[in-house]
Amino acid sequence: MVEVAETSEQSASQDTGLVAQLRRDFADRLLAEQTTCDGIPTFWVDRQHLKSLLKSLRDDTQPRFEMLFDITAIDERLRVHRAGQPAAEFTVVYHLMSFSGDCDVRIKVPLMDADLSLPTCIDLWPAANWYERETWDMFGIDFDGHPNLYRIVLPPTWTGHALRKEHPARATEMEPFSLDDEKEEYEQQALLFKPEEWGMKRRSKTSEFMFLNLGPNHPSVHGAFRIALQLDGEIVMDAVPDIGYHHRGAEKMGERQSWHTFIPYTDRIDYLGGVMNNLPYVMAVEKMAGIEVPARAQVIRVMLAEMFRICSHLLFYGTFAQDVGQLSPIFYMFVERERIFNIIESICGARMHPGWFRIGGVAQDLPNGWEQRVAELLDFMPPRIDEYDKMVLNNGIVKRRSQGIGAYNTQQAYDWGVTGAGLRATGLEWDFRKQRPYSGYDNFDFDVPIAINGDCYDRCAVRVEEMRQSLRIIKQCLDNMPGGDYKADHPLTTPPRKEKTLQDIETLINHFLSVSWGPVIPPEEATVSVEATKGINSYYLVSDGSTTSYRTRIRTPSFAHLQMIPEISRGFMVADLIAIIASIDFVMADVDR
Amino acid sequence: MSLEIGSGLTIGLILLTVIVVAALLITVERRLLGFWQERLGPNRVGWQGSLQVVADMVKIFTKEDWVPPFADRLSFVIAPAIIMSVILLSFAVVPFAPNIGVVDSNVGILFVLAMASLGAYSVMLGGLSSDNKYALLGSLRAAAQMVSYEVFMGISLLGVVALSGSFNLRVIVEAQAGGWYVIPQFIGFVIFLIAGVAESHRLPFDIPEAEQEICAGYHTEYSGMKFGMFFVGEYLGLVLVSSLITCLFFGGWLGPGFLPPIVWFGLKSMVFVAFFILLRAAIPRPRYDQLMSYGWLFLLPLSLINLLATGALILSSQ
Repeated sequence: MVEVAETSEQSASQDTGLVAQLRRDFADRLLAEQTTCDGIPTFWVDRQHLKSLLKSLRDDTQPRFEMLFDITAIDERLRVHRAGQPAAEFTVVYHLMSFSGDCDVRIKVPLMDADLSLPTCIDLWPAANWYERETWDMFGIDFDGHPNLYRIVLPPTWTGHALRKEHPARATEMEPFSLDDEKEEYEQQALLFKPEEWGMKRRSKTSEFMFLNLGPNHPSVHGAFRIALQLDGEIVMDAVPDIGYHHRGAEKMGERQSWHTFIPYTDRIDYLGGVMNNLPYVMAVEKMAGIEVPARAQVIRVMLAEMFRICSHLLFYGTFAQDVGQLSPIFYMFVERERIFNIIESICGARMHPGWFRIGGVAQDLPNGWEQRVAELLDFMPPRIDEYDKMVLNNGIVKRRSQGIGAYNTQQAYDWGVTGAGLRATGLEWDFRKQRPYSGYDNFDFDVPIAINGDCYDRCAVRVEEMRQSLRIIKQCLDNMPGGDYKADHPLTTPPRKEKTLQDIETLINHFLSVSWGPVIPPEEATVSVEATKGINSYYLVSDGSTTSYRTRIRTPSFAHLQMIPEISRGFMVADLIAIIASIDFVMADVDR
Repeated sequence: MSLEIGSGLTIGLILLTVIVVAALLITVERRLLGFWQERLGPNRVGWQGSLQVVADMVKIFTKEDWVPPFADRLSFVIAPAIIMSVILLSFAVVPFAPNIGVVDSNVGILFVLAMASLGAYSVMLGGLSSDNKYALLGSLRAAAQMVSYEVFMGISLLGVVALSGSFNLRVIVEAQAGGWYVIPQFIGFVIFLIAGVAESHRLPFDIPEAEQEICAGYHTEYSGMKFGMFFVGEYLGLVLVSSLITCLFFGGWLGPGFLPPIVWFGLKSMVFVAFFILLRAAIPRPRYDQLMSYGWLFLLPLSLINLLATGALILSSQ
C-alpha cells in the first residue's frame, strides 16, 4: 500500500515536471493548456509546431513518451462548452504514453473545416499509420506525407466521413440499401488487391510472386479479417492486413445512446472480455461525474473482470494450440470456460455479455452463496492449467512451431503501440494494474509475469501465467470481500437509487428524469484505461453537458497489434504467419469497433 | 462360388467390406474424438449416432455435382477417382485370411508401393486443376510430402522382406508363425507407421490439407461426391495402412484358435485405426519444412541403418 502511494505521488510530481518543461521549452509555441478531470496534461499546439513538439516528447523530455497511444479527432462544430480552448472546427488529439514515467500527455491541434490537413508522424512512430488512416476515414482530415491514406475501417466505396456530426448515424436516416449487378461489380472491383498500391512488385529477378488473399473468411483469421500476402513459394515476403469487415460504428453509437444505455455496447467491443469492457467506460463516466465507487463495488468489479480475463485467455490458449495443429486442447478449454461462464451467469444473469457494470457501481449485489461457486472455480482451475502446460506449452512440436517465430523487442513494441501480454513478453514488466492501479488493484497481491524473447511461445506463456495470477486475485476477492453498498449514493448513478423516491417529490422528479432521459454528465473530458484481456483498452469521453456523450473514442489494443503483422512475419512461412496471428490474440470486433 | 482366393464372391465381399468399413470410420472417428475431447460427437442419428454415416451419404449424394467454371474439367473429375481406385487396388494383395484375398501375388509389397506412388497423382491433379491458390499450395505440399515419405516407407519394409525372403504378403504373414516381426523389426515398424500416416496425410502429417493454414488444401474447390471420394479415400488409406501393419509386423490373421483368422485380422487392424485416430487427437502439426527435414535427415538414415543391421544379422546367423 505504502509503496503504491509513493509511486503515484512520484508520477504526479513528474507530471508537473513535464508541464514545467513544456512551458519552458515551448513557451511561444503552445496555444493553450487545458485541464481535464483525468489529470492528463493537455496542450494545444499549432500544426506547424506539432512535429517538433511530438519529437521532443518522444526523445528529449523527462520522462520520455515512448508510445503513440492514440490519434483521434473531435468534430467541434456543435460543441457548446469549449471555454478556454482555441477556436477549432475539428480537433486532432494525440495521446502519448510514457512507460518510464508512468504518465500520459495529450496534444491537441485545432483545425478549420476549410483546411483539414496535418503532417504525418509515421516517421516518428510507425503505429501512426493506421491511426491517421482512421482519422482520415472518419473525419476527412488529411495527413500530408502519408503513403496510403486510404479508407481503413469503412468500405473503400463509402462516401462521407462517418464520425462527422452531419453524417447520419442510422440506416433509417439514409436511402434504403440496394445492390444491383452494376453496384455489386463496382464493390467487387474495389476489394481487388492491387499490389502496386502498396509498393509491391509482382516479380523479382528470380521468381514471380504469388498474391494470396488470406481471408476475410479463413479458418484461422479469428473473425472477418483479410491479409493480402506476397508469397515467394511459401515464404511471406510482405503482407497487407485489411480490416473493417466487423465495423459496427460503436463510436458513433456512443454519440446517440445515453451514458447509461451505451454500457451494453461496450460489452461487444472485445466480445471475449465481457464486463472488462464496461470497466474503462464506466470509470471514465464516473470520473467526469465525480462519483466515488464504494469499495465493495470495486472488488466485485475486479473479481468479475479477472474471471473474464481467464475466460478470454483460455480461448486464446485453445485457439493458439489449434492454429499450430493441435486439435484437442480447445475442447478441454471450452469445458473450463463453460464452467466459468456458469459462475458468471449465476452472478450477472448472462454469460458472455452481461453488461453488468453500472455508472457508480454494479447492477446488483452478489447473490447468496456466491462464495461457494467462486471457491469451486479456485478449486478446479489450477490443476487443469497445470495439465495444459504439459499438453501444450511443454509439447516439443508446439515449441518448434512457436519459438523464435514472430519475435519483436520492447522498442518495436513501443513503436507499434503494442500493449498487454505482447509487451510483457518482450521483457518489460509493465502492467497497468500494477503501475497505475485503478479500481483498487493496489490492494491486491499479484505478480506481473514476463518473458524475454517476445516470440509466439512467450506471448502464450505470459498469458498462461496471467491466468494463475488472476486466480490469485479472485482468491483475494473471495477472502476479503468488503461489506457495504454495491452502488454509490450519488444522483448521477444509473439507474438512480430508488430508496428515497417515495419520500419527497424532488427525488422522485430526479429519479424520473434520470431513468427516462439518463443522467446529465458535466462538460468534461476523461480518458480512462485498463489492462484489458488483450492489452490496454481505453475510453476517451467528451461530455458537452448533455445526456449523451459528445464524442466517444474507444482505443483498443488489437487495432495496434494487427498493424504490426507485416513487420513481424516477413521471411517466415505461411504456417508461421498463422502461429503469429494466433499468438497476437485479437478479436475483430475489438479491432474494428 | 465359394470363399477362395480370387473368386468373384470373395472379391465382391472384400470390396464391399472395405468401403463400408471406411465409411463407418467417419462416424467412429468422430465419436472417438468426441470421447477423447470431453464432448459427445454425433449421437443423434440412430443408436449412439451409428447411422450418422447414412445421413452423411444421403446428403453428399444429393448435393449438386459442381465443377467450378475456372477448373480444368477432365483432371478435376479424374483426380478423386484416382485416389479411390489406387487404394482399392492395393487391397488386392492384402491377405485377409488364409482363404480370403483377391490375388496371391509374389510382388505384393512392390505393388502396394507402386499404387501409393500413383496416389500422389490424385492430390497433384486435384490441386492443380482447381486453379485455386490454396489448392495449389496444398498440392505442392502433398507432392513433396508423398514423394519423400515413399522413399523410406519402401526402405523400412525391406527388413521384413529380408527376414521372410519374399515380397509376397501371404508368405510374410505365414513366416511370422514363430514370432511377429514387430520384435526384430521394431525400428522398421515405427518408420512404416510414421510414413503410413504421412501417406494418408492425416494429422500430424496433414500438411497438404492443413485447415488452419490453407483451408482444405488440394480439395478446397471440391464438393459433393467428388469431395466425398477424397474423404472416403483418406479413410480407405487409413484402413489400408492399418491392415498392412497388421500383415507385415503383427502376424496378419495369425492368432489363437478360438477366433477365426479373419476376426484376428480385423481386430488387429482396428487397433491401429484407433491408434491413428488417437494420434490425430493428441499431436500438433509440424511445419512443412520441419516435416521434410525430419523425413530426409532423420527417418531416411534411420531406415537405412535398420536395413543394414538386419542384413548383417541375417548374414551372421547363417
